[in-house]
Amino acid sequence: MNLQSKIPAGPLADKWTNHRDHLKLVSPANRRKFKIIVVGSGLAGGAAAASFGEMGYNVECFCFQDSPRRAHSIAAQGGINAAKNYRNDGDSIWRLFYDTIKGGDFRAREANVYRLAEVSLEIIDQAVAQGVPFAREYGGLLDNRSFGGAQVARTFYARGQTGQQLLLGAYQALAKQIAAGTVKMTPRTEMLDLVVEDNRAQGIVVRDMITGEVRSHAAHTVVLATGGYSNVYNLSTNAIGCNTTAIWRAYRRGALFANPSFGQIHPTCIPQAGEHQSKLTLMSESLRNDGRIWVPMKTDETRAAGQIPESERDYFLERKYPAFGNLVPRDVASRNAKTVVDEGRGVGPMKNGVYLDVADAIPRLGRETIEERYGNLIEMYQRITGENAYSTPMRIFPAPHYTMGGLWVDYNLMSTIDGLFVIGEANFSDHGANRLGASALMQGLADGYFIAPYTVANYLSAHLGEEVGASGDAFRRTAEEVRQRTEKLLAVNGSRSVDSFHRELGRIVWDDCGMERVAQGMQQALAKIPALRDKFHQDVRVLGSGAELNQELERAGRVADYFDLAELMCRDALHRDESCGCHFRAEHQTDEGEALRHDDQFSYVAAWEHVGDGQEPRMHKEELSFEFVQPSQRSYK
Amino acid sequence: MRLHLQIWRQENSSAPGRLVKYTLDDVSGDSSFLEMLDLLNEQLVGKGEVPVVFEHDCREGICGACGVMINGQAHGPSARTATCQLHMRTFKDGDTIQIEPWRSVAFPVIRDLMVDRTSMDRIVQAGGFISVRTGSAPEANLTPVPKGDSDEAFDAAACIGCGACVAQCPNGAAQLFTSAKVGHLNILPQGQPERYQRAAGMVARMEAEGFGSCSNYRECEAVCPKGISVDWIARMNRDFLLARLKGL
Ligand SMILES: Cc1cc2nc3c(=O)[nH]c(=O)nc-3n(C[C@H](O)[C@H](O)[C@H](O)COP(=O)(O)OP(=O)(O)OC[C@H]3O[C@@H](n4cnc5c(N)ncnc54)[C@H](O)[C@@H]3O)c2cc1C
Ligand code: FES
Repeated sequence: MNLQSKIPAGPLADKWTNHRDHLKLVSPANRRKFKIIVVGSGLAGGAAAASFGEMGYNVECFCFQDSPRRAHSIAAQGGINAAKNYRNDGDSIWRLFYDTIKGGDFRAREANVYRLAEVSLEIIDQAVAQGVPFAREYGGLLDNRSFGGAQVARTFYARGQTGQQLLLGAYQALAKQIAAGTVKMTPRTEMLDLVVEDNRAQGIVVRDMITGEVRSHAAHTVVLATGGYSNVYNLSTNAIGCNTTAIWRAYRRGALFANPSFGQIHPTCIPQAGEHQSKLTLMSESLRNDGRIWVPMKTDETRAAGQIPESERDYFLERKYPAFGNLVPRDVASRNAKTVVDEGRGVGPMKNGVYLDVADAIPRLGRETIEERYGNLIEMYQRITGENAYSTPMRIFPAPHYTMGGLWVDYNLMSTIDGLFVIGEANFSDHGANRLGASALMQGLADGYFIAPYTVANYLSAHLGEEVGASGDAFRRTAEEVRQRTEKLLAVNGSRSVDSFHRELGRIVWDDCGMERVAQGMQQALAKIPALRDKFHQDVRVLGSGAELNQELERAGRVADYFDLAELMCRDALHRDESCGCHFRAEHQTDEGEALRHDDQFSYVAAWEHVGDGQEPRMHKEELSFEFVQPSQRSYK
Repeated sequence: MRLHLQIWRQENSSAPGRLVKYTLDDVSGDSSFLEMLDLLNEQLVGKGEVPVVFEHDCREGICGACGVMINGQAHGPSARTATCQLHMRTFKDGDTIQIEPWRSVAFPVIRDLMVDRTSMDRIVQAGGFISVRTGSAPEANLTPVPKGDSDEAFDAAACIGCGACVAQCPNGAAQLFTSAKVGHLNILPQGQPERYQRAAGMVARMEAEGFGSCSNYRECEAVCPKGISVDWIARMNRDFLLARLKGL
């Protein structure tokens, strides 16, 4: 397979404009003849479905929640980047581009990242026009703040609920189209397979989560916007329902999976409190703007935080990275927290956290400002831990949060299956080996509002007049396979709950393919995962039937796919014998303990092809060439 | 701690439901209310009994998916806290906890603790948006919005759409939800052109969905996990009246 990235020629700043000018169009009168399926109603899917609907296409949108407004984009807290340079602090499209590609440790495409920075401007305009209540200054203009790893203030925010507000904007636009009849919204429906014939996406097979009915839907094109897969770790900041099933099934039908092991561990989450825990809660890293991170100097510290004098505290990020201090990129902050906890200097009852302390900022900024900026986070912290952050420093620890890996797509966001587009966190496109804070919301909306509407039209223009229907052989076969998979899970009737398997799988992936990776650990994981998967298929207990609402069955299907994905993640991480961004191989570090890349061998995207069960997947390389920037060793000293 | 649970079990929307008693041991105070239900379900599965169906997703109080009546109170005893963020340290050893689904004509029970809230989506479809085509928006800083207005719009927009307001209201009214949605957009300059149509359309839809009418019990405000104020209802009523006068 020859991976064609389809990056347009020409100067970096003109690529997207030139490309867009030459994409083929579908005339308004013909648009309603095309059926578009959008799976997912988060920022990416919601924005795309609303835009397609408004353009006049015949759209069908699916999500597994009861309402499109509940997609996990709702949980994003901190903000969204855009190169508006409202602060006159030297920001520009180029600088946002450069920061993003450097933040990704030079494992992303220049052309994609530049385009992202370019359309970031329009996203803010669009959101404001929709009524998204971004924070404002007293003069009535938009406020900005600086966010993890950036030296300019380019982040737009809506208190600590930026994702919620942006999603409501997209959801409302979608609601308008639903009312207008251009979009048919089908919630509580889970996509369980992709229908492919002659390497072309024909439609999807879904399960109605209320009745259990398995149904097929045909379309001229399928757009997947199904989010990330951090839940492979079981404990993550993602919502419980987040899954890999949609993209994993597409992978098995011929879409390549790129850089599956590139996942981001977010530095500021509330540490685990016990076995019973079902998820980890993120505290926006905007807290790092005004909070200082520290641990006690001594390993056997027993005093409460307030009793430890200044001279016996180690502000380890400020000490090691004087230029960036507490604002170093996420991967650097996370790894350093792990190091001090591994040294035995962790804090809290389980000694599994580090302090994040706003005490110094209160006299400097006033309690009111702190409350305005972080009030809702501090409240949330109190609800979960029972502690008051105004008087005791918060405890934080890294948690899996975001997956840069995903289905491989070309510059048009189309996968290796003809007619299958992948947008938002579900694709691999823009963040390389590490994503900068506040850039996922930007990417989801860029893909959904400003890129897919053009590139999908270009694809459709060649298919005018083609009839679609879900009655063919491929649909029958695929639906039958879905039914069989469900039956198989129900038939095991073993002794262990789905969750117990998920916990065990999560622990393996966290230990061996988490924040720090070594060859030996991953080799062990590659033996442990299949063994546990076998046990799962012999001993899982799923009660009830497939023909009814069955939450255990839903979970079982998702966990089954996570097993396979976990294996691919370990394989990918093992093959990449270098460190880059979040992929930290302990064997490859600089003298300062930073990720050491090997550009001569690994300056490529690893895109994996499924070649059959029980067979090793085949890896394809998309070489990355840097024409406009010079890959450098990241340094945040 | 040991808890005595009484949970509403109902097989489907047409089957009759009933409260079923369970005793659950070793519940940690650090676990959330939903993690307590997870524990119960894991034990039920172990015994071969069908687990309790309840709705949830983000488990951090923002998606609005969760929500049950806990001892008669929507989202339970802690103020401004969604069910998923309620922690078991709020209860004591030996407590009896009654858990029921939201109850409203407009929220039919699907199964056990899960209800159908699509009526709220339909209210939004009836005008809860600002019409702006993708790509046609003017430069964002062209229209300054006074910080006070913007902050107020945010207060209304913080609604997570969980439906607790409806569930707690003796009349099953959706005024708090609807008014928060209307208010968020109606206070902003961008929302002015469609202001009265929005109020008229959404109120009409709300009534058509079978929600009750508001008699100022204010119980909605008390249980709202986001602390949305009933003042929004008065504002909506004003806009609705003006819409009437305009013949909308
Ligand atoms: C706690 C948290 C905080 C964050 N904070 C920030 C931030 O401050 N700034 C930032 O830029 N980014 C942030 N992120 C990242 C960002 O929120 C996400 O990457 C982004 O919102 C993903 O959007 P999406 O549209 O791709 O996917 P999602 O919003 O996850 O939407 C996925 C959609 O797909 C549907 N779906 C999934 N699987 C199926 C299936 N099998 N069948 C049918 N439907 C399916 C779901 O129902 C949902 O509608 C944060 C993430 C988390 C978890
Ligand atoms: S589960 Fe999302 S608000 Fe409770």
